[in-house]
Amino acid sequence: MLTYVLKRVLQSALVLLVVGLVAFSMFQFVGDPIDNMLGQERTDADIARLRTELGLDQPFPVQYYKFLENAVQGDFGVSYRQGRPVAEILVERAPATLELAAVSGFLAISIGIGLGVLTAIRKDGFLANAIMSLSLIGVSLPTFLIGILLIYLFSVELGWLPAFGRGDVVHIGWWSTGLLTGSGLKAIILPAITLGLYQMTLIMRLVRSEMLEVLRQDYVRFARARGLKDRTVNFRHALKNTLVPVITVTGLQLGSIIAFAIITETVFQWPGVGLLFINAVQFVDIPVMAAYLMLISVMFVGINLIVDLLYFAIDPRLRTDGKGAH
Amino acid sequence: MTETLLDIEDLSVHFPTRRKLFVAVNKANLAVEPGEIHGLVGESGAGKSTIGAAVMGLLERPGHIAEGTVSFKGEHINGRDADGMRALRGAKISMIFQDPLTSLNPLLTVGQQLVETIQFHLKLSDADSKKRAIELLDRVGIPMPDERINQYPHQFSGGMRQRVVIALALCSEPDVIIADEPTTALDVSIQAQILELIKELARERQTGVVLITHDMGVIADTTDKVTVMYQGEVVESGTTEQVLGAPAHEYTKSLIAAVPRPTLKVHRFPQLSYGGRQIAFHIDDLARNWDRPEPTKSGTLLKVDGLTKTFLQSGSLIPSRRKYFTAVDKVSFDIREGEVFGIVGESGSGKSTVARMIATLYQTNGGKIFFDEDEITQLKTAKDLESYRRQIQMIFQDPFSSLNPRMRVDEIIAEPVKHHKLLEGDAIQHRVDELLERVGLGSEAGRKYPHEFSGGQRQRISIARALATQPRFLICDEPTSALDVSIQAQILNILKDLQEHLGLTMLFISHDLPVVRQMCDRVGVMRQGQMVEVADTETLFASPKEAYTRELLSLMPKLEGLSTEGLEDEIV
Repeated sequence: MLTYVLKRVLQSALVLLVVGLVAFSMFQFVGDPIDNMLGQERTDADIARLRTELGLDQPFPVQYYKFLENAVQGDFGVSYRQGRPVAEILVERAPATLELAAVSGFLAISIGIGLGVLTAIRKDGFLANAIMSLSLIGVSLPTFLIGILLIYLFSVELGWLPAFGRGDVVHIGWWSTGLLTGSGLKAIILPAITLGLYQMTLIMRLVRSEMLEVLRQDYVRFARARGLKDRTVNFRHALKNTLVPVITVTGLQLGSIIAFAIITETVFQWPGVGLLFINAVQFVDIPVMAAYLMLISVMFVGINLIVDLLYFAIDPRLRTDGKGAH
Repeated sequence: MTETLLDIEDLSVHFPTRRKLFVAVNKANLAVEPGEIHGLVGESGAGKSTIGAAVMGLLERPGHIAEGTVSFKGEHINGRDADGMRALRGAKISMIFQDPLTSLNPLLTVGQQLVETIQFHLKLSDADSKKRAIELLDRVGIPMPDERINQYPHQFSGGMRQRVVIALALCSEPDVIIADEPTTALDVSIQAQILELIKELARERQTGVVLITHDMGVIADTTDKVTVMYQGEVVESGTTEQVLGAPAHEYTKSLIAAVPRPTLKVHRFPQLSYGGRQIAFHIDDLARNWDRPEPTKSGTLLKVDGLTKTFLQSGSLIPSRRKYFTAVDKVSFDIREGEVFGIVGESGSGKSTVARMIATLYQTNGGKIFFDEDEITQLKTAKDLESYRRQIQMIFQDPFSSLNPRMRVDEIIAEPVKHHKLLEGDAIQHRVDELLERVGLGSEAGRKYPHEFSGGQRQRISIARALATQPRFLICDEPTSALDVSIQAQILNILKDLQEHLGLTMLFISHDLPVVRQMCDRVGVMRQGQMVEVADTETLFASPKEAYTRELLSLMPKLEGLSTEGLEDEIV
């Protein structure tokens, strides 16, 4: 078990290193930050001086090495655009994105699993068929279109919910939360639905097909033959066995909720790290881009590690060390 | 006068499909008295499991009871609503399923599953339920029940799991138990123990048992009465002694004639086929075009010397902490040219591993294999092995997973020919057509896909594929254990023909001792990776030397009461 975790952590570190290398090799092609940073009246000498100062005259592996050297000490450099430390900007922006991701992740998992179980148990019912048909919309419509449609309906036509921004926030230490104010809660509804709809339909369809498979198993038939109540059979025996593959996909999807937040944040002008990244790309703000990409990969790798450990918690067959097998 | 526990009268079960109505059970009758074990026997598709599901109210939709009644202690129970059935199901009538590996929830401990069921039926407190669960485990013969109750199903062996399943079925003290193939997935020694347990329960608790099985040995040794089914209809019913000893119906006669006997050796199984299922196999035509290689000088085709295989059991970064499991431990034997050599043993004895090493599917961890004086274990590259691999071919146990479902049958049979570049152009198709013709499927079968065939037909396709390269040596790994007894008889006849007319040498692996007795010239007995005894088949069955062999033979169903009608001309 411990060997396994150690192995996984080492693998994760390797993945992070490779992601960083690929990211830095691509920064060569996003444009020249110097153009944006110096005004019209620049001289060649100014450009050369700034380039040396920022280390941009070095080949990218050297730039990457320097970034890593500073990053392990907690220093992610200074934003070219804002002139403030990147770490400070990220800390300021992260709560907005994490709150949005958490709310939409929660919606996606709870509604997704609930509807998945419902459609599996009432396989041929009218409601189940209606939900299955509607879910196609969630799978097939692109995120930005859903966002725009929701804004048009609920903000422009009905005027119930705000179309952009985060509403009022309350500061608790360094963390800023919109979940404790009325306007903050109202503001999060539309972006959370937009962001979570795709994951929700995906989880629902997955839970449904896994559940249908599990309901055909002998131990479910045997549980019914022992006269147990339908509710016990469906939830205690069937649902838990459904969860192992569902957790894998859900874990990956949670990562992409955070990553895909870029689009939703742009549509709703949500002041999170995704919007920060888009602005950084426009300005070729390399330190911000690098820090953001590393942050996202740490999250992805971390979530996957947690998913693998959850397997051990759910499935006793993985826990044994060969003792008492016979 | 005891009251009839379960009485099934004129029961019909229909499965309407889009094209037509499928009648799974047609006007079946069956009655079970207290303390009686009633066997329900028939081949796959006969409708025996459907009767079990119909009694329990567990028919898969759209199946339903179209007519007839099921009565429990004189009261009609079909037509009850879901709640009414649930009050009966598990409480008065319990069911045991075939495969103990899949009938327990893998994520709950044995105790959790027992306590849940006991609490539901008997409404006991947590502590009392647990106490009763431990008593039940003890009753079905699980050692150290107070410890094992906290273990998960995967920590039990197959036989122990089936005991747990029986304990679960006993939770509510049922009056009737429906056991659907309860021992089919188990080894012969475990099978005997489980059947003994079922007999004990019936006797002590006066439980009525419906024992659904396709195995005549189980019927003969366990049941008091027997009902024979064929294609949804009851063809014969009566006391076990009478039905097996003097069958009246033609189908029962053909079924009994196809059962391999431990005490009688037959030349060929009689083709007393019922319902036009007999299919001609043209061995003479095949023999005419068969290229026979030069016989070996020594008369020994395959020699195995000190063969060993270990598997990694638990991995570790440090080599000294890795644990290995020795599946095959210094096994030696040799197979003479033209003979059928059998390997018998229980599951986990390493018999299939030996076959896979000979087929070069597994690397060996020690020992040597000689084929026609060449040392195969020294050949390392695939190219060196090519000629050896052409000469050995394999027939697998499961005819459903051993054929690629995405390939057409003619492609499947042509593949080895193309791989070894034996023929070119039209000659390949010609060989495929010929083989399909010879195994009795007809050349038009080549244009179909495997799923269009039954289990027995698929096993014929496997045989055709194995014969495509004109091999000298055939490895048959449990070739008939997934088949019905009448189909088994056909396949065994084909294999005997191949040996006799084509001079093929065979390694025949089986756990079924009567089959081995019919098929093999010599037999090796394996136990826990070791070869316990090698002897001529007749010698081994008549006077086994080792204690383990004697034990295995004693567990074999004797089938002495079975009719020998139709066998008279074939007894050797």
